[in-house]
Amino acid sequence: MLTETLVPILSEMDIVMARQQGRALATELGFRPGDLTLIATAISEIARNILIYASHGEILLRQIQDGPLRGILVVGRDQGPGIPDIDRAMQDGYSTGKSLGLGLPGAKRIMDDFNIVSEVGRGTTVTMKKWNRRP
Amino acid sequence: MQVPILKQGDVLIASVQAALTDADLVQLRDQLTEKVGRLRSRGVIVDVTALDVMDSFASRSLRNLAHMVKLRGAETVIVGIQPEVAFAMVQLGLRLEGVLTALDLEEGLEALNRARTSPTRAH
Repeated sequence: MLTETLVPILSEMDIVMARQQGRALATELGFRPGDLTLIATAISEIARNILIYASHGEILLRQIQDGPLRGILVVGRDQGPGIPDIDRAMQDGYSTGKSLGLGLPGAKRIMDDFNIVSEVGRGTTVTMKKWNRRP
Repeated sequence: MQVPILKQGDVLIASVQAALTDADLVQLRDQLTEKVGRLRSRGVIVDVTALDVMDSFASRSLRNLAHMVKLRGAETVIVGIQPEVAFAMVQLGLRLEGVLTALDLEEGLEALNRARTSPTRAH
């Protein structure tokens, strides 16, 4: 049975909730303390992006498996305005003014897989994975 | 969760707890900026030992806090950034430029003493 948690993002408190839930799941999966912090930080960044740009959305946390390898899947979904230029949004320091502009590129750097799909007027989905490489 | 602020001599010590919302950080900034004037403090120490995540908002808030306190005539030292938090900050590209940091409370007090003997200009 694979664990799955859905955290609605409606307020600032939910950002804290999402990263705590993510840390709890990653702890269960045996990630090292350093990885726990990286995962929690990446979740914090995408959850805040949801709140700032779309006002509400959700974070899905799920255990994933690839042969003997276990990992965590984090999906951030919203039905907000979408991102017109994803390439620019993925550049360090690029922001439309509401944030530092390090959230998305930063989250990409600290996770193993990072994928973003966005459609203007329809919303944004960020999918991130981190694998537990601990022997 | 509100951050407790202790006064010790002319230093204010704020001990941040693990689960801080954005609003808590903004409140801490405003309280410290106000208290520095009311209590005529010369130094502020923000202890983030218990902070499990320092994301882009938290580091920007701490940087703003330090600069605002500086404009009020006091120095800020951030103490207790944990190794894994430091690693995550570097990976994210987060910087605390122009902000004094120290290993722990003791080192932080020492850093304030040093800063006091060689006053610096506001950034």
